[in-house]
Amino acid sequence: MKCGTIKFKKQPKIIGAYSIVGPKEGQGNFKDYFDYIMKNDLFGEKTYEKAERKMIENAITGAIQKAKLSIKDINVLVAGDLLNQIISSSYAARAFNFPYLGVYGACSTIAESIAVASILVDGGYFENVVCCTGSHFSTAERQYRFPLELGNQRPPVSQWTVTGAGSCVLSLNGKGPRVTMATFGKVIDWGVVDVNNMGAAMAPAAMDTLLSHFKNSKTTPDDYDLIVTGDLGKLGSEMLIDLMEDKGVKLGVNYGDCGQMYYRRDQQTLCGGSGCGCSATVLNSYIMRKLQDGQYKRVLFMPTGALLSTTATQQGESIPGVCHAIVIEGDEG
Amino acid sequence: MSEEERIKAYNKYVKAKIPKTRPFPTLFNSFWVGGLICLIGQGINDLLLYLVPNLSEQAAWSYTLIILIFIAAFLTGIGVYDKIGRFAGGGTIVPITGFSNSITSPSIEFKHEGIIYGICVKMFTIAGPIIVFGVVSSAFVGLIYYIIGLFM
Repeated sequence: MKCGTIKFKKQPKIIGAYSIVGPKEGQGNFKDYFDYIMKNDLFGEKTYEKAERKMIENAITGAIQKAKLSIKDINVLVAGDLLNQIISSSYAARAFNFPYLGVYGACSTIAESIAVASILVDGGYFENVVCCTGSHFSTAERQYRFPLELGNQRPPVSQWTVTGAGSCVLSLNGKGPRVTMATFGKVIDWGVVDVNNMGAAMAPAAMDTLLSHFKNSKTTPDDYDLIVTGDLGKLGSEMLIDLMEDKGVKLGVNYGDCGQMYYRRDQQTLCGGSGCGCSATVLNSYIMRKLQDGQYKRVLFMPTGALLSTTATQQGESIPGVCHAIVIEGDEG
Repeated sequence: MSEEERIKAYNKYVKAKIPKTRPFPTLFNSFWVGGLICLIGQGINDLLLYLVPNLSEQAAWSYTLIILIFIAAFLTGIGVYDKIGRFAGGGTIVPITGFSNSITSPSIEFKHEGIIYGICVKMFTIAGPIIVFGVVSSAFVGLIYYIIGLFM
């Protein structure tokens, strides 16, 4: 078998989806679609790391409940986040009594985990699999950038890490949108060194995955109601459109970027949202709702991730990007 | 196109594409806020000299700095200084208040990692280089001063 796009034979269904976001996100453009909006960033915990973990725990429980299952019906959890050693997911998994697979694809983690979970379910090895990813503005800032209270200015290309977690349950039984295809991406590095300009670092990866997806699946942009990237942001998504045009593929009005759409203009997030939570919460709220309503029939969901660490960038390394794509189709009939 | 050329071409494209910071409003805001901080400092200094007549000028300077540092640390603690900083940029970083903010903000941020490994270790993550350069360059200048003194 040639390496490329996976076409799922049994097409696992997303039978439950849940999203939880912070207060700033709760005032953004998708505010009517989220399941739960936190009243403050700490979520009743002592530290932001604990708050992020609690968000992930709650998202997992919420998704299981919405799938009308109970904790003991779940066979495995596939989860990841942005913090070092993916502690938020791993510590959240401690609270549950099922096996756990930690995955990391930076901000593309949700697509990676859904693709892996779909393979597990489609292969018949597991019955019900939960996927979850999340991120928190305050934990990401302090890991990658500066203390919150430091009086510095953000460069115009910077993005705002979304506080939020999204989770979904995949299964062959039940009703819901189906995961029909998955394309894993290569790690692409075109030499961008500016850590604030993640969109530019990830756009080539998105282009690469998108081109190979179209080629392998023999589809064109017109075959999808929505092609959506994760957190390229305002600048990065424009770059992707330019890059694709150079390759002879035109992305039209059915293309969008979660990060770019996430916040309102007056929320001062500059180039838009980013982080694991960005694409995960949009997918598990807005996009799922539209798929269930039948407004979207076929969505190509392809979040990108910047695989950097502060150590690597301080040593002068450029930023590699990765992009995983999954195709979700609405309920039959 | 070779790999190297492509990277070069892409980075050139990215550089042309990124929005530039608008110089006039940015510089103007940093100018007047920075100036205002200096004005407040001078005001405190003059007030001290006026209230305590037999205070030496040297001592008044020290008290002024301590008061400014305290005000900035306090504003950082209640979460105001970062908002002023976002507006004024360099205007709030260059005066001593910015230095105070750069020490206080990581101390607040890392207090959950404990007093030793959190506050004490992380306190100088931003101000550390400033202190090192300050000490090294003043030692260097002192050396030059000493050598010149030998020939005078």
